[in-house]
Amino acid sequence: MTVSLVHYLTVSGILFTIGVVGIFARRRNLVLILMCIELILFAANLNLVAFSAYLQDLGGQIFTMFVLTVAAAEAAVGLAIVVAFFRARGTIAVENINELKG
Amino acid sequence: MTLAVDAVFYLFSIVCVVSALMVVVSRNPVHSVLWMITVFINGAGLFVLLNAEFLAMVLVIVYAGAVAILFTFVVMMLDLDFTGPALRSKQTLLVGLAVGAVLLGDLFVMLSEWSVSPKAEALRASPTPDLSTVSNTVALSRILYTDYIFLFQTAGLILLVAMVGAVLLTFRRQRHQRQDVSVQLARSKSETLKMNRVENGKGIS
Repeated sequence: MTVSLVHYLTVSGILFTIGVVGIFARRRNLVLILMCIELILFAANLNLVAFSAYLQDLGGQIFTMFVLTVAAAEAAVGLAIVVAFFRARGTIAVENINELKG
Repeated sequence: MTLAVDAVFYLFSIVCVVSALMVVVSRNPVHSVLWMITVFINGAGLFVLLNAEFLAMVLVIVYAGAVAILFTFVVMMLDLDFTGPALRSKQTLLVGLAVGAVLLGDLFVMLSEWSVSPKAEALRASPTPDLSTVSNTVALSRILYTDYIFLFQTAGLILLVAMVGAVLLTFRRQRHQRQDVSVQLARSKSETLKMNRVENGKGIS
């Protein structure tokens, strides 16, 4: 059984699902949720590159590069927010972040 | 593809998925970051198998080199306790697993029933040139700096905004000694300067 596009899409789907379940499952740590978002973005990147290789279109790889840029910027700003929140409250456990609830 | 390439694909993808699971279940966030590095390095291997060498190297440099180090620094800088349960309560966990099962089911239903449109070949934005004559990096740069130059510049702008935002969010003003012009100007001579008349050979005791 040779490796085809579907194999890559399967791996990417599994990674995406792991990321989503991780966001639901972790509560102690806001940083872990950011990591799960990175996993989800990586799954999307894998999809883009797989289709780029399958359709012989470099546009997918260019788009992957921009997704990488946005992911890096998101990680930097997200971690800065986490650090600022930790200084203000002394915790980053998700269940304690309830100041803004209705 | 040959059998060896298949074996490499399965190796990379299995390690990738297992490490992604370890990211979610490890108790210590530092271990999670290390597992995330494993995910990205194996993902870079998958990219190489897909003839995207440049993106594979970018993935290693940006993710394993920069983003993961950023995560490690933040995790180590914050004084976190790992004592409690790593995962949420059983109820929330069940909800999460249900959502994951539904999502995975959806994805596999989509994967089992799909086809490529015959028009897809004609709709390609920038077809890949023959990779035996020009390398992946050269081919990417040729379209990145011409067709996608505005997007490229916008990406730089996004990074600049993110950098300014991150610095602004974590900058602590009170740590630094700052010049206060009004206080400086309001000082009078009497509160800072005292004139002593010193006799010869005696000094001030």
